[in-house]
Amino acid sequence: MILVLLILIPFLGGIVTWILAGRDVRWSRWISLAALVIDLIGAIYLAFIAWSSSGMWLADIQLEWMPQLGISFHLAVDGLSLVLVFLTLFLGIISVACSWTEIQENVGFFHFLLMTVLSGILGVFLAFDLILFYFFWELMLVPMYFLIGIWGHENRIYAAIKFFIFTQAGGLLMLFAMLGLYFVNGGSTGTYTFDYFRLLENPVTGPISFWLMLGFFAAFAVKLPAVPFHTWLPDAHTEAPTAGSVILAGLLLKTGGYGLLRFILPLFPEAAASFAPVAMTMGLVGILYGAILAFAQTDLKRLVAYTSVSHLGFVLLGVFACNQWALQGAVVQMVAHGLSTGALFVLVGALQERIHSRDMSHMGGLWTSVPRMGGAVLFFALASLGLPGLGNFVGEFLILVGVYQANPLYTIPAVFGLVFAAVYSLWLVQKAFFGQSNERWQLPDLSLRETAMAASMIVGLVWLGLHPQPLLNVTRPAVEAIQASEEASRDASQQVPFEIKSANVPTVLESGNR
Amino acid sequence: MFTKVWLIPALPFLGFLILALSGSRFQKRVIAAIGVGSVGISAIVALIAMFEFMIPLSKQTFYVHSVGSWFNVAGFAPKISFYFDALSLTMAMVVTVVGFFIHLYSAEYMIDEEDYQKFFAYMNLFVGFMLVLVLADNMLLLYLGWEGVGICSYLLIGFWYKNSENGYAAIKAFVVTRIGDTALALGIFFLFAHLGTLQIQEIMTRASTAWYPGSQTAVIAATLILIGALGKSAQLPLQTWLPDAMAGPTPVSALIHAATMVTAGVYLIARTNVLFSLAPPVQTTVATIGLLTLLIAGFSALVQTDIKRVLAYSTMSQIGYMFLALGVGAWSAAIFHFFTHAFFKSVLFLSAGVVIGAMHHEQNIFKMGGLRKKLPVAFWTFLIGSGSLAAIPLITGGFYSKDAILLFTWSSEQGSPLLWLGGVLGAFITSLYIFRVVFLVFFGQERSGSPKKPGPAIVIPLAVLAGLSVVSGFLETPRILGHITLFTDFLQTALPAVKSEHLSMSTETLLALVAAVISLSGVLLGFFLYREPSAILDRLAATRFGSAIHEYWYAGFGFDWLYRRIFIVPFVWISSKNRADIIDSLYTGIAKVAGWLNGVLSRTQTGLVRHYAVGIAVGAILAAAFMVFL
Repeated sequence: MILVLLILIPFLGGIVTWILAGRDVRWSRWISLAALVIDLIGAIYLAFIAWSSSGMWLADIQLEWMPQLGISFHLAVDGLSLVLVFLTLFLGIISVACSWTEIQENVGFFHFLLMTVLSGILGVFLAFDLILFYFFWELMLVPMYFLIGIWGHENRIYAAIKFFIFTQAGGLLMLFAMLGLYFVNGGSTGTYTFDYFRLLENPVTGPISFWLMLGFFAAFAVKLPAVPFHTWLPDAHTEAPTAGSVILAGLLLKTGGYGLLRFILPLFPEAAASFAPVAMTMGLVGILYGAILAFAQTDLKRLVAYTSVSHLGFVLLGVFACNQWALQGAVVQMVAHGLSTGALFVLVGALQERIHSRDMSHMGGLWTSVPRMGGAVLFFALASLGLPGLGNFVGEFLILVGVYQANPLYTIPAVFGLVFAAVYSLWLVQKAFFGQSNERWQLPDLSLRETAMAASMIVGLVWLGLHPQPLLNVTRPAVEAIQASEEASRDASQQVPFEIKSANVPTVLESGNR
Repeated sequence: MFTKVWLIPALPFLGFLILALSGSRFQKRVIAAIGVGSVGISAIVALIAMFEFMIPLSKQTFYVHSVGSWFNVAGFAPKISFYFDALSLTMAMVVTVVGFFIHLYSAEYMIDEEDYQKFFAYMNLFVGFMLVLVLADNMLLLYLGWEGVGICSYLLIGFWYKNSENGYAAIKAFVVTRIGDTALALGIFFLFAHLGTLQIQEIMTRASTAWYPGSQTAVIAATLILIGALGKSAQLPLQTWLPDAMAGPTPVSALIHAATMVTAGVYLIARTNVLFSLAPPVQTTVATIGLLTLLIAGFSALVQTDIKRVLAYSTMSQIGYMFLALGVGAWSAAIFHFFTHAFFKSVLFLSAGVVIGAMHHEQNIFKMGGLRKKLPVAFWTFLIGSGSLAAIPLITGGFYSKDAILLFTWSSEQGSPLLWLGGVLGAFITSLYIFRVVFLVFFGQERSGSPKKPGPAIVIPLAVLAGLSVVSGFLETPRILGHITLFTDFLQTALPAVKSEHLSMSTETLLALVAAVISLSGVLLGFFLYREPSAILDRLAATRFGSAIHEYWYAGFGFDWLYRRIFIVPFVWISSKNRADIIDSLYTGIAKVAGWLNGVLSRTQTGLVRHYAVGIAVGAILAAAFMVFL
């Protein structure tokens, strides 16, 4: 039941907030915040279960929905989902907080949409029936479309439509693949079902599995985003209001990574293995191409948007390297990216509220006027360039270690992503905060609310960077299960797409016990 | 005491945290006390630890202090733990002691700065990361320190952020060194994949049993580590960032870009010496790169006009000597030169800082002159530092450390007379370029007003470091001069002895004598050329060849020019051409085609019944034809 509540509370909070906003808009902000905090308490309760039990599944609920079609209302949570639920609620609170002064029009409706998106995202992370998953997948999309289209910046309509069409096209292909999987699986087993766990029992093999996998991959690759399906991202991120950007970068992109981990690898292990070289190449291209594009931008927000393409390239690379290091790294990278890039969007939004511009050529010398903001941006820029001791480093390094074990050739270009990351991150700080400007900036520095937001994200990144073990422990059973399904298929098919240095793995594990 | 050694890196970090998180509510005196004090106490702890370590009764050659686990994923399990042995303690001692004196100097030198607190916060952070680097017991923790010092270097080069030039110099320094860092990261992946551990000592043990000398794996591992070291230590071909790094405040140059961080590459190679011994071709490369760098940097230093740039090229060149020593397997000689260099180079920078301060931020040596009388403290300490750098025989520390290196380039198994000759040529250039500065700045005509008299916080560090740059050499002397081997004896538990043929006393004496004469003649030539304005140089510079060479050396042998053309310009060109993202035009293209089709097809919707009738008729005929003929 707690899982149902987790999804319902934000949505109901959103409705209440919309109704009460007519009296006083302050209500809507506080109610949204309260709903998310209550939800967070629920998530903490789940974390206690995770802490005290050794089982992989922490909670599970299955209700009948459309039994004739094999569709059920099935929610469950394991370590992987739980981590992303936490990220969702945390960034949800951040996005309410960062809209506090920015959003002045239609405040109630705004918060209703915001909370609905969050409910959709939570649903995506918790749904274990394909149709239910698809329902939540679409549920995130529509309110987001309005958030961009109504509260966005200059070019918002274009960006909103582009975002909608891209994700919708990907989602449609996924729906086809779901139906295909339903019929193929049902045909071979005799029971037609959309239930994730039932489908998992009989992985589809043969050429059809490749096409079904590709359908799912289309949806996740657009969301992630993988080059060349990324071009909706810079427009959507740039035009969205700050909260929209935070949710897009911090959460919506993660649903793509989550989908790869949850569906592609376990449901189609064989097809995923044969597809791995292509996907990993896409990841590599994303890392480098995104970084080069980020450097080229003059719009501060667009620059930050493109860094996501680069960072999520690491996730794609890591997921398809498919060993413990890379998969765990991909999870850490998703969380760390959610914090660091989310924070950068918050700060860029705060800056835009002050100077009404995102054009870096008009900035410069801001440090003198807003040192606290400068320090915060510097911190998150350093996180994003992978400074050891902060979360992104742990994620990227684990991914690279894993990719190296899978295939060293992919690692060499990938590490150059770290050099490019240094270029665009330091460039951003330089252009905006250092040097001097003709304008004599007289701006208020970060307010208490803004400082608290930045500080909480700094704490999160330092924690992930210095002591990520609790997170790694929570996600380990899930990640091990994913990897096991993949390895089983590799042993069975014997068609290894690339050489895993299995000879080295025992020595590695041996040393771990020392 | 050994249970308290974690304080050594912890205290500077604590200082950083206090300074960074307290906002701006401290007075400058309190800031200085925190900033200087944290490093000072850390230095005391390091010294005590060192003395305890030297007590002959304790047979322990190393001590591991584990703070905790960092993380563990399937055996990739770096720990937060520190490894104390003779090598790491020597490094830690130099970092904290020299660091302390430079902090003390900064307390007065930087007193007029607005961002006084930020300065000390960054400096403390640097010392903390540097200590993590040298004390780390595994590669990943070392990498944390490695990147951390890089970031502090970036922050401090760009400390005066209002001038964008400083910012670009800082970015350049970080990005160029990061190219080396990525190679080091690959090296870590490689070592972990092949040896299954991150722990440095364990890597050495496993490598020496699993790999045979000259094996491909050993060569790859050593090469990757070497490239990492080249970036940090500003050696060819990744040296271009160091001269520009002089944009930072002078104490920063002294601490980071002379005494400590830039020697991290030397430490890394010494630390992983087993890998290099297993890879002779790579070790030869180390020596070759060292030699080339020391010569190229030496020639560049000869023609610089900015006092700090002379010292920057000089640092590059001296680290070249250390690489030369590493390349011939003289591990402890390299560390010995690091040891003396840390003292004499920091004193050179600090006294140059006094000069620059007195000249109101003028750094051009041709606009200085006759400062000997006005700045006696700066003069004497600079002179002592220069003497040590030029390896003036018998009385300077630099003489003993450089002599040891030159001796081993001749006598060690990997050495050769050619390497020795290059080293001796470098020694000649060294004494020429540094005494060029001495004569131009402190002798000749007086050209400035009345400078401010430095206070005790500046004088004490100068005096102590100048003293250390003399006496540090006496820890290790050649056979003809007493044959003291304290330094090598101390390090022998951590570093293998050099493999060299036995030289006769007379050969050794002769070699030392040649080196001594060469360095003195450099001083002498400097005296004749720069004591008074000389016509010879002007005439030489006026010839076409002379001016071309001058320009070429002045530009650091054109590496910046080359890199700009082959890396930076194409990168910027591609990225600016592709600002709008070419891939997006594919999608906008689809949208345009759809829009065009919409336009075309909507025109068929004319509303005229006869058009529709024709359409139906044509369609019907085509359909009929289709059915009949196919």
